[in-house]
Amino acid sequence: MLAAKVILDQGVHVEGINFYTGFCVEGHTHAIRREHQNKPKRNNALWVAEQLGIKLHIIDVIEEYKNVVINPKHGYGSNLNPCLDCKGFMVRKAHEWMTAHGFDFIITGEVLGQRPMSQRRDTMPVVARESGAHDRLLRPLCAKLLPPTLPEREGWVEREKLKEFNGRSRKPQMALAANYKLVDYAQPAGGCCFLTNEHYAHKLADMWQARGSKQYELDDIMLLKVGRHLRPRPHFKLIVGRDEGENNYLNGYRSRYTHLYARSHVGPLVLLDGQASADDLLLAARLTARFGKGRDAGCVEVAVTDKSGESRTLRVTPIAPDEMPAEWYL
Amino acid sequence: MVPVNQYRLDARGLLCPLPVIRAQDQIQRLKPGDTLVVLATDPGALHDIPAWCRVHGHEIVETLRDDRDIRITVRVGNP
Repeated sequence: MLAAKVILDQGVHVEGINFYTGFCVEGHTHAIRREHQNKPKRNNALWVAEQLGIKLHIIDVIEEYKNVVINPKHGYGSNLNPCLDCKGFMVRKAHEWMTAHGFDFIITGEVLGQRPMSQRRDTMPVVARESGAHDRLLRPLCAKLLPPTLPEREGWVEREKLKEFNGRSRKPQMALAANYKLVDYAQPAGGCCFLTNEHYAHKLADMWQARGSKQYELDDIMLLKVGRHLRPRPHFKLIVGRDEGENNYLNGYRSRYTHLYARSHVGPLVLLDGQASADDLLLAARLTARFGKGRDAGCVEVAVTDKSGESRTLRVTPIAPDEMPAEWYL
Repeated sequence: MVPVNQYRLDARGLLCPLPVIRAQDQIQRLKPGDTLVVLATDPGALHDIPAWCRVHGHEIVETLRDDRDIRITVRVGNP
């Protein structure tokens, strides 16, 4: 937002690009979970574009992004976040868009030293080089600390009016935002990608391990954002809805998974991912009973429906908490 | 007179921002004056699609919502 504003203030025409990878935090969880109902459901990138009065193009990169997540040339950060590869990928896509639409250069909001992986003095040139953008990539917020880029050398922008922000502190950005009278802006410390989330990364790693390969589809990574995930056996896991919103969301997937719910008591919808024997289904039914209102009942009737739609009822005792090892929770 | 056409996009079951991406991709292929009816289920579409239309100069003609679906009619503006 600030980088765009700095360039807009020089009279340059700016349009925004927002890439959708499937791992973006905002949107989904707000739409699904009841506890997030009070949060604004706005798309932050669109909101910023409106504040700046610029067009925004949202680009679906779900398929192409898979290779970034699965085979990051520069490795992962502290979780499964391939930040340097991700930045290079997005700038490359922006460069392709720029070329196709007759624009001259790309700007990003990067700040030297702000992020440990992708915004270091030694890695920022990597992004410029590997993306193919080279010196058509301008970082207005720290440009004065970097060699002049083509837009500066050509006089398309005035280098003197660019910034020299450096380091992890957000205070200079906040001061600049205040100077522009911008009071409402996205969370400054990032956190917009589920791959940086330790809990999410653990669930993704578990899924890859259980399947024996690092592959995924959009539905897989969406489901990792929803519900309580338990793996009581290596060959199957359960996804347990935590509220009405999640149950409704999981309901959309019920025909693709064996699913369970309590008939005799109020409780969650549970999806079973993997292969389950008769004993496994019994265990799954007991766990389903555990997470519903019948958790203290002597007997709970649980409907079990397989992928063909065939349904039956199991009468089970809810599993006791001390029968559920902590390791089952993903 | 250039004929005006009405198109329909089924984005039900998709979570935001996918409904707005699908609408954007379809609108890019339409002519000014054409209308696109977007069906969605994610409440985020009620915010995202109008916001996207505002920044691109398209008009929201009508927004309807019932227990299951959201139906947003967009008239394509001049690029």
